[in-house]
Amino acid sequence: MKCAVVQFPGSNCDMDAVKAINHAIGESADIVWHTVASLEAYDLIILPGGFAYGDYLRAGAIARFSAVMEAVAREADRGKWVMGICNGFQVLTEGGLLPGALRRNESLQFRSEIATLEVVNAETAFTRHYRAGETIRIPIAHGEGNYYADEQTLLRMRERGQIIFRYAREHNPNGSVDDIAGVINERGNVLGMMPHPERAVHERLGSADGARLFTSIFESWREAYAKR
Amino acid sequence: MNLLAKIYVTLKGSVLDPQGAAVTHALHALSYDAVRDVRIGKYMEVTLSATDETQAHELVRGMCERLLTNPVIETYTYELAEVEQ
Repeated sequence: MKCAVVQFPGSNCDMDAVKAINHAIGESADIVWHTVASLEAYDLIILPGGFAYGDYLRAGAIARFSAVMEAVAREADRGKWVMGICNGFQVLTEGGLLPGALRRNESLQFRSEIATLEVVNAETAFTRHYRAGETIRIPIAHGEGNYYADEQTLLRMRERGQIIFRYAREHNPNGSVDDIAGVINERGNVLGMMPHPERAVHERLGSADGARLFTSIFESWREAYAKR
Repeated sequence: MNLLAKIYVTLKGSVLDPQGAAVTHALHALSYDAVRDVRIGKYMEVTLSATDETQAHELVRGMCERLLTNPVIETYTYELAEVEQ
């Protein structure tokens, strides 16, 4: 599986994503600069965490107009897997590849801790190695993770199983609507999440629960590849 | 002609504003009991050149919708005035 990790000026979780891919599925990953115009060679594209363009104006607002984002949209259209983590999630919502928006945390505080999540939908290419309803521990580190979508959009997302992760009840760290921590597009190939699965791929990091995201995509890719 | 657009970006009414709520509390703590609500937004000054006002309005609306605001959660108003070279 060919993996790309996009690097914007201000990304800071790019190497964590590369190492997580190495560790969880034994594949290598290329770091791809934000000026690259084609991502055709890749099966999985990760938009990592950080503060692209300093989060100026709004988190993700400027990054989403970088050249590489046209390539990301094109590959997403072709059905390639795209995963936005934290700042990457913000870039995907700003760019319209995922519904909703991410606002300042309700507490106004930057929250850096291990969050308890519920896996809501385990029938996606990204979550097939989890069980629906399972509780997992994944770190968060963000000041703007307060997910918002209007009622109509939320209703549609619920109907289509687009809510993938929720913060455990009573443990919502940022005020997001419906305790949402991660969502997927309608087609099921673009995932965005505020928690950092790439920081949870080994018990020594505090949790290994994030590894199954990578093994899930890897198995999805193997299946798709075998059919070709 | 050169114009100055004064652009005000605010959260939509339906979107909670945690900063505004914190400032409301702070004002109440200072005994400004008259304060009902505070909403915090952004103010931007954009200087631009345009052939006429119609084109300037189009440009400002375009930049507000594409970049300066996130229409999912924000709304905007602006004032446009001609300025010296």
